[in-house]
Amino acid sequence: MKKTLSASTKSNLITYAMLAVIFAVVQLLSVTGNLSSLVSGLLVPICMYIILAVSLNLTVGILGDLSLGHAGFMCVGAYSSAIFSMLTKDVISADLLRYVLALLVGGAFAAIFGILIGIPVLRLKGDYLAIVTLAFGEIIKVIVNNMYIAKDIHGVHFAMLTSISDMGLDEGSKEVILNGPQGISGTPQTKSFVIAFVLVVITVAVILNLINSRTGRAIMSIRDNRIAAESVGINVTKYKLMAFSVSAFFAGVAGVIYSHNTYALQATTKNFGYDMSILILVLVVLGGIGSIKGSILSSIILISLPEILRDFQKYRMLIYAILLIVMMIVNNNPVTKAFFKKIFGSLKRLLPKKKAAEKSSEVTQ
Amino acid sequence: MKNGKKILAAALSLVMGLSLCACNNGGSGSDKNELIIGGIGPMTGPTAQYGNGVMNAAQLAVEEINAAGGVNGMTLKFIPQDDENVSEKAENAYNSLKDSGAKLIIGTVTSTPCKAISPLTKNDNMFMLTPSGSAVECVQFDNAFRICFSDPNQGIAAAQYIKNNNVASKIGVIYDSSDVYSSGIYEKFRTEAASLGLEIVSSQAFTSDSNKDFSVQLQQIKSAGADLIFLPIYYQEAALILTQAHNAGLETKFFGCDGLDGVIKQLGNDAAYAEGVMLLTAYTSDSKEEKSAAFTKAYSEKYNDSNPNQFAADAYDAVYTIKVALEKADVKDASISASELCDLLKKAMTEIEVDGVTGHMVWDESGEPTKDPKAMQIVDGAYTALD
Amino acid sequence: MSFLTYLLSGVSLGSIYALIALGYTMVYGISRMLNFAHGDVIMIGAFTLWTAASPSFFPGNPGLPTAVSILISILVCTLLGVLIEKIAYKPLRNASSLAVLITAIGVSYFLQNIALLIFGSDAKAFNSVVSFPGLEIGGMKISAETIVTITVGVLIMVGLSLFIKFSKQGKAMLAVSEDKGAAQLMGINVNSTISLTFAIGSALAAVAGILYCSVFPQVSPYTGAMPGIKAFVAAVFGGIGSIPGAMVGGILLGIIENLSKAYISTEMVDAIVFAVLILVLLVKPTGIMGKKMTEKV
Repeated sequence: MKKTLSASTKSNLITYAMLAVIFAVVQLLSVTGNLSSLVSGLLVPICMYIILAVSLNLTVGILGDLSLGHAGFMCVGAYSSAIFSMLTKDVISADLLRYVLALLVGGAFAAIFGILIGIPVLRLKGDYLAIVTLAFGEIIKVIVNNMYIAKDIHGVHFAMLTSISDMGLDEGSKEVILNGPQGISGTPQTKSFVIAFVLVVITVAVILNLINSRTGRAIMSIRDNRIAAESVGINVTKYKLMAFSVSAFFAGVAGVIYSHNTYALQATTKNFGYDMSILILVLVVLGGIGSIKGSILSSIILISLPEILRDFQKYRMLIYAILLIVMMIVNNNPVTKAFFKKIFGSLKRLLPKKKAAEKSSEVTQ
Repeated sequence: MKNGKKILAAALSLVMGLSLCACNNGGSGSDKNELIIGGIGPMTGPTAQYGNGVMNAAQLAVEEINAAGGVNGMTLKFIPQDDENVSEKAENAYNSLKDSGAKLIIGTVTSTPCKAISPLTKNDNMFMLTPSGSAVECVQFDNAFRICFSDPNQGIAAAQYIKNNNVASKIGVIYDSSDVYSSGIYEKFRTEAASLGLEIVSSQAFTSDSNKDFSVQLQQIKSAGADLIFLPIYYQEAALILTQAHNAGLETKFFGCDGLDGVIKQLGNDAAYAEGVMLLTAYTSDSKEEKSAAFTKAYSEKYNDSNPNQFAADAYDAVYTIKVALEKADVKDASISASELCDLLKKAMTEIEVDGVTGHMVWDESGEPTKDPKAMQIVDGAYTALD
Repeated sequence: MSFLTYLLSGVSLGSIYALIALGYTMVYGISRMLNFAHGDVIMIGAFTLWTAASPSFFPGNPGLPTAVSILISILVCTLLGVLIEKIAYKPLRNASSLAVLITAIGVSYFLQNIALLIFGSDAKAFNSVVSFPGLEIGGMKISAETIVTITVGVLIMVGLSLFIKFSKQGKAMLAVSEDKGAAQLMGINVNSTISLTFAIGSALAAVAGILYCSVFPQVSPYTGAMPGIKAFVAAVFGGIGSIPGAMVGGILLGIIENLSKAYISTEMVDAIVFAVLILVLLVKPTGIMGKKMTEKV
């Protein structure tokens, strides 16, 4: 390998190359008509989960704070953008323009919430931080479930804890936008893999750049030793908030993808509650804390796994649970690690000598 | 960590390989003149009992029909898919069914996923018959029909029944605000009650995250002086409410909708608490009516003694409705495209009449069934018709 | 008057949260891991009792007596707890705490789905194990289940505190929670100590499960999920790791929940509970009775 490339640049290039290969393979399969309906329907959700995992990795892996409220930011992004799209679907006729604006709206709202929540929360540490972020996520979900928004000739109406029929709307021109727990139906759909993939690339690029910048190093120094970082003059609150809100912004973007990919948007434990936050955390931890590449790979695997297991019918989720436990143990246990090292080592010996030779020359250096 | 990556990469290639295999077995079964019906509903997760009821009953009906010689020379095959009661998963389930060659869909079981896949089925022009998706939007497109009552219909019927039979004048309501079914019925019940001059003295909501302890709600209804509590909810929560109402010494009447069917069994040894409860429903599991009784018996025999619930009954009717519609449309060849089949069935649905276990049904183009709910009361531990 | 009724119903609800939180906090206090599968062990405990006591499960068998069924349930959960620890958590002893957390979630999914396969998805009617009548004081009813739950909760709290303070194994647990490495150097068998912790925690889960399902008389494969989260909140409220804190946190949580249902909104109740939790943690970052940890540089 060339000496001019630093280790981090090399690793980043591999990440981009990996994304390019994935994109090329999917496009190739889709052009040749080899993509099943199931897989093509999964493409956009997988992109969304990659964005969620990569952005949570910024908080958990780079900042070193355990957050269990990532789905809350996603919820903010999903609802704010869906409301925006519902309100403007007659005004802005260009679908792409409206979607791009929706992405900005969703991301911005989520980032604002990230800052608002971050200010009190980031004083806490470890498991306590985890529970408070979980609590914020749940609060957001409950509030969203009690909001009512409707439109009539008099304009847009907003109310909490009521019902659409109590809002005194003009019956003739009434148009329900957000109906409390029943959510938003009929958000304009943008189910484009290409757009979702572009968003993945943007997310990965922004976060990789952030990690490798001066800011990123400051953030990592807080993770490694907060007191030492403070003593060399790093503004801990500022950098923590920055990482937290960037992470929230991209969770919001993922929320926008979610709400514009489903016709019936509803906030439940499964999609915007702790179940989802935990799922995203699983993606991050399985892929390797702090590893962007790992987050991408684990999102693809873990999200498609239950779908591929559909043929097993009722044993599906049981198999999924077992595989999850096994993957965690295999991935983290020194014994199994050594075992795999051995297997991969012997595989490598069987492969053409070039690579092995390169490896050995590296070792001798 | 490096090894972790390798394991991940190995797993990834396995996953990709599997997914490629998965797309090659689509469209099978054409040589046997076998018509594939896909079913979508929650088979895991907290709402799994509704989905499993539907899948079991649909499978039972399909087996009965095949044993009796199939439909117009075609045999039926039923493939159930799990949606976990999540919109996103319902889309995956639907896509997966398309890959397995399903030509029409029974589903989805619950309302929100049903709303979510309705534009997809519309887009593919895939015929969709939901046994139990009761929200208005479930059948908003012309390719979708349903077996159950819509939520507004149940709310209106309940209010009218209470008024016409002078059951009570001061009404308390406990409903699940996070559930489309429950809040849909409540909403219409409230407006209809107001126009009929019934007084709702207290409305108490709960959410699926706190659906165990109802002591506060019951206490508030008690202090409001209600003489009847309307329960547009499912039987598990209703069983808890009846138990807690008994413990709190509440002596009101209870009135519910079709979701309440099953409450006697749910109460176990405390079945006496359900005594006197009234409900409007199309089917009860211990009905003496010939068709219903035969279905209940067949279901219990096939699925080790479990009683079919309302959902199962709806699904059983859904399969037989499809059979009648296929006969009416004279579909003989299972290799027909889903879209062509949909056009034929859409037309046939408005022309057929079905006498099912949930009553006599006819449909119009809106997709709504016309059928009458029956008023039942629980007397001596059994559902008894009131009229 | 009605305020007292709400308060009382809050205490009965809270006493159940407290009972579950005791097991949660005990496992956390010693092994420093959030055992997300705790709620599902509760569910298994309830199902075991339901199976043992139900006449329908073994044809012709009238069902075992309640006391024997309770013992079987405790035994099954204890074994299950030890087994889970040995298979799923022990291989990760030196991995990051997050890896263990995720494995615990995997175990939770596993238990839910295995129960789904064995028992099916229908919620089963659960017959209360408490058979004597409740009390009535000044027009307010206190159910027998509440009395039993509170009594059992207090007994367990006192018993656990004494066990940890005075018994040899208890002291070993404390040592392991402080510093695994140092404990090992002092001749404490870390593995068996952690196993014992899980055994006790799971036995407590069985008791909690039986009482939970006696108060809310039904059991399904997902029965444990919500109380698991609520008990986690209760444990954090009281200061996670603190045994009296779990008791206090649980009862407070029940009271806050019912008072906000009664006076604010039944729909917003979860938001209010979590908001109070956040406020408590911001004022006292380690919970009501949690120990303050000094930061090492």
